[in-house]
Amino acid sequence: MKKSEVPQDNGRVFEKGSRELYYAVDENGEYTTALSTGWDAKNIVQDHTMQEIQERIDTARAGVKAGHVSPIVYFMELRRMDWQIVSDYTGIWKWRVKRHAKPAVFERLSDKTLKKYADAFEISIDELRNYKGN
Amino acid sequence: MIQLAFEHQITAHCENGVASNLLKNKGLDISEPMVFGIGSGLFYVYLPFLKVNHAPGLSYRPAPGWIFNRLAKRLGLKIKRQKFSDKKKAQHVLDENLRRNIPCGLQVGVYHLPYFPEDYRFHFNAHNLVVYGKEGDQYLISDPTMEKVHRLSEPELEKVRFSKGVLAPRGHIYYPIDIPPTIDWEKAIKKAIKKTCNDMLAPVPIVGVRGMRMVARAIRKWPAKVGVKKANYYLAQMVRMQEEIGTGGGGFRYIYSAFLQEAGKKINHPELLGFSEEMTHIGDLWRDFAVEASRVYKKRSNHDDVYEKLSADLLHLADLEEAFFKRLKQVV
Repeated sequence: MKKSEVPQDNGRVFEKGSRELYYAVDENGEYTTALSTGWDAKNIVQDHTMQEIQERIDTARAGVKAGHVSPIVYFMELRRMDWQIVSDYTGIWKWRVKRHAKPAVFERLSDKTLKKYADAFEISIDELRNYKGN
Repeated sequence: MIQLAFEHQITAHCENGVASNLLKNKGLDISEPMVFGIGSGLFYVYLPFLKVNHAPGLSYRPAPGWIFNRLAKRLGLKIKRQKFSDKKKAQHVLDENLRRNIPCGLQVGVYHLPYFPEDYRFHFNAHNLVVYGKEGDQYLISDPTMEKVHRLSEPELEKVRFSKGVLAPRGHIYYPIDIPPTIDWEKAIKKAIKKTCNDMLAPVPIVGVRGMRMVARAIRKWPAKVGVKKANYYLAQMVRMQEEIGTGGGGFRYIYSAFLQEAGKKINHPELLGFSEEMTHIGDLWRDFAVEASRVYKKRSNHDDVYEKLSADLLHLADLEEAFFKRLKQVV
């Protein structure tokens, strides 16, 4: 890539006040560096990914509301986690986390267990327990 | 307040950047491309059985820490590394190092990094940054992928040092402790290039050009196998990994080209300059691949065709790189 071709298509990093460094060749074919504000190709896949994540969150929200899944599933999606990551943060085995995703099982969880989830999701126990998908 | 004399410099990739900035601080003037090249940073591995963000795993670089370790081995540097189970101790060691005038590299997770854009905050644990001072409970942070320096409070830093998930950093701290008075650059460069050639030509189906071919064959089947919606999501993750902040496809090829050019001049090996030019061209094609992939999200029709085309493009890249590394191996 030539230095003059380094894209300047304002992306997410730029919105947050920074730019990205590229290695590119100058007019004499020598490697040099240039700063980029972003690149459309990347913005597009980034936007698509965010849409998909939002869909997963919305599905989880609807699931909680309909009583199919417990709030753990919603907050897991909201925090961009999966079963394994929830398990790693809480120290609770994955198969148990999956069980706790059932509303009936979730209802019976102790405060001690709820606290582990609440900490992992960075919310209070009440927020977790009282989330109804609204 | 402690503020060490440390020059923050933005780089394309975090691990190279931390290594280059820390070594410069220690008196060894080494550029990011040289770190990347001598650390044999160019790599490709496909991990279909490992789901990352709900998509098949793909990595364009070796495991975190390897670039710096290989660099150290080839230049004869010594690096001190520590991991912790105790968070308090991890902070104590960092504070102690700062007091002793040692800027420290840290492996961190990006999900909880407050200065990162929301769209980049995933549970990715192989990010690197330097701590070069402390004021009150605020650490002074040089993140080499950022233009400016930042600050993180004690709890904020603890959170990112002890993020969980794949490749959890466990407080991983590292810094160079010894740099030899003389360095045999020619030997280091040649050895590193050979290693990269061997990695990319490895007789392992998921690694290097073979890995690229395996991905190319998989892409073609995605729409039929997992449905268009999921295929599009997989593809988005692939391109994200490929072009995320200076890493992966095009970005890494350009850094490697810059390395070949710098190395060719440094050890007076003009043939490497031609290889640099060729790799720059391959980098351009990787970026064309990303542009082609991004079209999937604009036009809704002809999905199978698009995936066929992408598959063919990736196979072509694998062919070009196979030929490239075979020839490169011959001249070093």
